[in-house]
Amino acid sequence: MSLVNIKIEGVPYQVEEGTTILEAARACGYEIPSLCSYNHGECNQGSCRVCLVEVKGARGLVASCVYPVNEGMEVIISSPKAIKARRTSVELLLSNHSQNCQQCHKNGKCELLYVAKLTGARENMFNGEKTETFYDDLTPSIVRDSSKCILCGRCIARCKSAHGNGVLGFEKRGFKTIVAPAGNISFAESPCIMCGQCVSVCPTGALMEKREEDLVYSAMSAGKHVIVQTAPAVRASLGEEFGLTVGTPVTGKMVAALRRLGFEKVYDTNFAADLTIMEEGFELIGRIKNGGKLPMITSCSPGWINYAETYYHDLLDNLSSCKSPHEMQGAILKTYYAQQKGYDPKDIFVVSIMPCTAKKYEKERPQLVTNGLKDVDAVLTTRELGDMIKRSGIIFNKLPDEEFDPDIMGDYTGAAVIFGVTGGVMEAALRTAYFVLEGKEYDAINFEAVRGLEGIKEATVNMAGMDVNVAVCSGMANAKVLLDQIREGNSRYHFIEIMGCPGGCINGGGQSYVRHAFLPNEDNDIVDTYREKRAKALYSEDERQKIRQSHNNPQVKELYEKFLGEPNSHLAHELLHTTYEGRKPFRIKE
Amino acid sequence: MSKINEAAYRRIEEICDMYAGEKTPLIMILSDIQKEFGYVPLDVQEIVSKKTGISVAEIYGVVTFYSFFSLTPKGKYVIGCCLGTACYVKGAQQIIDQFCEILGIRPGQTTDDALFTIDALRCIGACAAAPAVTINGKIFARVQVGDVPGIIAQYREEAENNV
Repeated sequence: MSLVNIKIEGVPYQVEEGTTILEAARACGYEIPSLCSYNHGECNQGSCRVCLVEVKGARGLVASCVYPVNEGMEVIISSPKAIKARRTSVELLLSNHSQNCQQCHKNGKCELLYVAKLTGARENMFNGEKTETFYDDLTPSIVRDSSKCILCGRCIARCKSAHGNGVLGFEKRGFKTIVAPAGNISFAESPCIMCGQCVSVCPTGALMEKREEDLVYSAMSAGKHVIVQTAPAVRASLGEEFGLTVGTPVTGKMVAALRRLGFEKVYDTNFAADLTIMEEGFELIGRIKNGGKLPMITSCSPGWINYAETYYHDLLDNLSSCKSPHEMQGAILKTYYAQQKGYDPKDIFVVSIMPCTAKKYEKERPQLVTNGLKDVDAVLTTRELGDMIKRSGIIFNKLPDEEFDPDIMGDYTGAAVIFGVTGGVMEAALRTAYFVLEGKEYDAINFEAVRGLEGIKEATVNMAGMDVNVAVCSGMANAKVLLDQIREGNSRYHFIEIMGCPGGCINGGGQSYVRHAFLPNEDNDIVDTYREKRAKALYSEDERQKIRQSHNNPQVKELYEKFLGEPNSHLAHELLHTTYEGRKPFRIKE
Repeated sequence: MSKINEAAYRRIEEICDMYAGEKTPLIMILSDIQKEFGYVPLDVQEIVSKKTGISVAEIYGVVTFYSFFSLTPKGKYVIGCCLGTACYVKGAQQIIDQFCEILGIRPGQTTDDALFTIDALRCIGACAAAPAVTINGKIFARVQVGDVPGIIAQYREEAENNV
């Protein structure tokens, strides 16, 4: 890495060669407004022209997000020419933009509104024709509103970097250009896996989750017994909605807030995560001992399930038949819990708070129904929960810490908490598999080899005299590598964990947005480090738990004794396991 | 949507294989398919995607970016009306309007009998012949609005005689 000498606003600096002006300026303490650039050039269309600056000697103004620094360069951000040009760029974007900012759910986190204010954009500067717009809310997960799209290309870049073969692309040309799935079809007809990574990078309200708060309010007004459960990753991100430092665990405050929102029972999906480990762990041991289909692949991530069903239907037998944890919890709530508490299952309304947009789609799967009732009735993202809390007049940061409800499914272990980060399910499963096979706990508890945010990790664990080979990956681009090995018959693994989103649920499509503009107190490298910080919040909660192996969860044991019998019993299969179905990538109705 | 028969499927795969060594084969593949089949619909793009590893979204983007590619079958006779500067000032807009009115379609569309497609072209380099019209490569020079019905009739007759 070599340094070059540049001047910004006449002040000399030394910066890394090859970086863009935008990033160099940020490192020197300047923030140039920008829209289309994202995450060190993950998206670098240079198309929005909001980051224009003056460079001495250059012909015209340059887009600082794509222009690399070089020796002797003199950058001027504050010249009237640059300031006016940036303002014009924003005014042009606004001239072709939907004007319903007050009702837009992105309000407050919209980068276009932010730069409009920052650059001093004026009203109605360019009135004229607008590009034809499209609105797609046919999936339960993601809403696309092209009237708010600024054609920055971030979603296209993210979809591609996370999943290898992106679903979104630019279509048509010039003034008619739109961003859409091929053919401008609905996400529902496209190979989209509903992971919401596009949503998490969209600077405006063009891509957002389909909101379900009203389902919850209606169920409450209708007098239903409304129970909420929260996924492990939510507690690592929810604080960001209230201005807390990225990676602040807010479990206690989250529980307190949920009670005040009117949920009659507040449970942790972690209980069902422990249950998942029992079912999945025993399924794995069964497959290894009885010569079943290997490698077995985890099935917690609905984004991954969608991908498998679309592109790898020949490998569906490799998937664990376990439902995802929140669906398991829903099934138990509407059977065992209802029995124990004397509720009619029809009167129970289960709400899941998830870091995920794909879970919204998952809950509608016809396979995830018990006795004619959906296991889960509504799924809210971390962001939706944040909005509900603010709406109800609750000052989150001043809430006391409260505990989850202790009855029936109140216990959870450290193994369950780490489900929210890539490698977590594997580690939890190994802790239990080791115990079952060796007859004693793994001394070190932690399996460090499967931790970390690399795309693909692998490890070999010796248990009961056998080397068990495992692999962990997140993001479909990485999954493809491991899946192709299986297809070609040269996979050496027994067990593989696959998560849809890069980094696992902590980076899910339903988590808080991470943007420089809205996180002025975070470090410059927050877009690189937020995953790590959230992961740390989960690992630290694991360390704090007294019980750290799923098989030692007292209430899970009780559930088996009183109700399910044993792991993978007939009843367990009926309630906690599911089936998969292959489908075509494009499902356009004729 | 079109249904692809097995022979066409194989041919499309063959075309993809021809450019397997190329660094950026997409445009060449698509233009071969366009020339041979007359259009590149979504399900054909899916085959190309499978063979090349390029996403359907990207392929669709290319197909809709260049006016040379078409998503729907073109007619037997493709009427290209030049709307370049020279032709335009010589009244090309009235010429294309007249074609559209008689055939009952808009530029880019094809008649229901699959006989005619009207394309609006930018300068085709025949400015001396302005306003110029090309039909399947043949150039009609200095076309006047009154000529249009005759030109259409001439091709209708040709089509009938060929049947």
